[in-house]
Amino acid sequence: MSISTPLKTRRPARSLPSFDLPGPKRRPSWSMSKTVVNGVLLLATLYMLLPLLWLVTAAAKNTGDLLGGRTLTPDRWHLGQNLADLASTGHGIYFRWYLNSLLYAGVGAALCAFICVAAGYAFHVYGFPGKERLFGLVLLGVLVPTTALALPMYLLASKAGVVNTFWAVFLPSLVNPFGVYLARVFCGGYVPGEVLEAARVDGASELRTFWSIGLRMVMPGFVTIFLFQFTAIWNNFFLPLVMLSDTTLFPVSLGLYSWNTQTRAFPEYYPLVVTGSLLAIVPLVVAFIALQRFWKAGLTAGSVK
Amino acid sequence: MVAPAPQGVTSPAARPARPRRARRPQWAWRPRRARPGAPALLLLPFFVLFTVCTLIPIGNAVYLSLYREERSGLGFGGVERVFAGLGNYASALEDSAFRDGFLNLALYCLLYIPLMTGFSLLLALLLDSALARAKRFFQLALFLPHAVPGIIAALIWMYLYTPGVSPVIGALDAAGLQADVLGAPVPAVVNIALWEWTGYNLIIFFAALQAIPREVLEASVVDGAGPLRTALSIKVPLIRPSLAMVGLFTVIGSLQLFTEPMILHGAAPGVVTTWTPNMYAYTAAFERNDYGLAAAASVLLALAAAALSFLVTRFSGGRSTEAKGTEA
Repeated sequence: MSISTPLKTRRPARSLPSFDLPGPKRRPSWSMSKTVVNGVLLLATLYMLLPLLWLVTAAAKNTGDLLGGRTLTPDRWHLGQNLADLASTGHGIYFRWYLNSLLYAGVGAALCAFICVAAGYAFHVYGFPGKERLFGLVLLGVLVPTTALALPMYLLASKAGVVNTFWAVFLPSLVNPFGVYLARVFCGGYVPGEVLEAARVDGASELRTFWSIGLRMVMPGFVTIFLFQFTAIWNNFFLPLVMLSDTTLFPVSLGLYSWNTQTRAFPEYYPLVVTGSLLAIVPLVVAFIALQRFWKAGLTAGSVK
Repeated sequence: MVAPAPQGVTSPAARPARPRRARRPQWAWRPRRARPGAPALLLLPFFVLFTVCTLIPIGNAVYLSLYREERSGLGFGGVERVFAGLGNYASALEDSAFRDGFLNLALYCLLYIPLMTGFSLLLALLLDSALARAKRFFQLALFLPHAVPGIIAALIWMYLYTPGVSPVIGALDAAGLQADVLGAPVPAVVNIALWEWTGYNLIIFFAALQAIPREVLEASVVDGAGPLRTALSIKVPLIRPSLAMVGLFTVIGSLQLFTEPMILHGAAPGVVTTWTPNMYAYTAAFERNDYGLAAAASVLLALAAAALSFLVTRFSGGRSTEAKGTEA
């Protein structure tokens, strides 16, 4: 499948012998600058990865070793114990939060991506009066600081009686103006007009054409928007903090925060917070490693245009 | 910026004779007899949600910021909503805690935005140079912190800042350096944000660098430019639209600073509950129950974001946003 082709076509033959190497006469400095370049990259990588490595080792420590800053050795391995504690604390509330997060982020991101692709497809395919003005409104929506909306949204939700419910967190997470923008860019790259015209000639209705042709063709864009929205919802902290007080509705982020505020009084929560944090980043790390070409395509489409 | 890529895929070279007027496919303009309702139906879900979750809250925030709630009698008579004009704005701006919050935020932005942009641009240029090895590995490894939720990133770094827990502080101690990171909240928060966002923006820059046409770079080499010269005089100017976009999103994101200081609050004595304007609004709403004041603070913050993003697009290559609107 040539998913990333459309966004890559601009620099073909990247693998040819590199042209920006100095000529032979500068050969002596060549290996040194190569060492410097890769050395700097390696240092940056260490800065990025070592905190994650610390999290992995810290998750296997008990309270005393964690707070005492003792090095992890095999005889101090408590990962199993920490996981068992995680499962038993508050009748397994942590895994309840985990499921909530999966629900908010999984279902929310899928629906959001679908809504964005539908709108982006309509913007790409159809001409109608006021179209560019409407699209300008979408672009303005990208600029709105979302946290500034959380409070008025809370007040509206409390008037509507949906504060402290699933919907209060779920509905706002379906809106992503930047996703509509990305979807329009992706439709420009993946949905050729000729194909749609052919479907029309064959008598397919407009919606049918969208559903069975447009959506299929722009699937890579769909996955990209899904991935970014999944991350955004999984990481969202402010909105649930404002909207929810019922702990059984918490997503993982808010749950870990509430545990963290208790660590002062109850130090035994420290390993729970650390181990819980490690478990909470696993799905995202796996998704980003598995779906590399999608997020790279997404960031390319968003910026190069 | 003109981006030929998607076209390159969708419009095969099989029809070169047709004049390529606009970027827009020509059939899009053909009057459509079939179901005028279809585009409306496709656009409807987004715009309904956009109205409910963005436009109405904005209107509501502005409305709330103009009113004050007053308790009549001894608090038994319920609350009454009184028009306050710009009173809430005045009391927010007169509150030194709110101004301090903006000051902290300004310091944070002055430190974070240049550092992050410079860092990610430098790394992207290094990664784009012919000297770099294992590019795929570096891309993934450098991007990975972005997959970590902000709250967890803040938690990790809070532990790494805490003396006794942190191996970093321990090592510095052993080397005779007394590092009191938690005593300096602004750099502490900047570091967390750098860790979270450098890799993300690096990938944006790297993607833009990879899209620079090869001939341009070859020409500069033929003209005798060295790698450094090529990077500064050719590559960086050519990815200006990406720089503008990253600048824009970074400004909007930075102004909303909330999660990281919220986690450090408690661990770092300097981080009070009103440490950023966003924290101020949150505290005003949920601890003081003063919704008018909170709304006014939110509106002021949004206005600051609007003003700054206007400046960014104006001065760092406004072409990119223009292109977004007209071409995409």
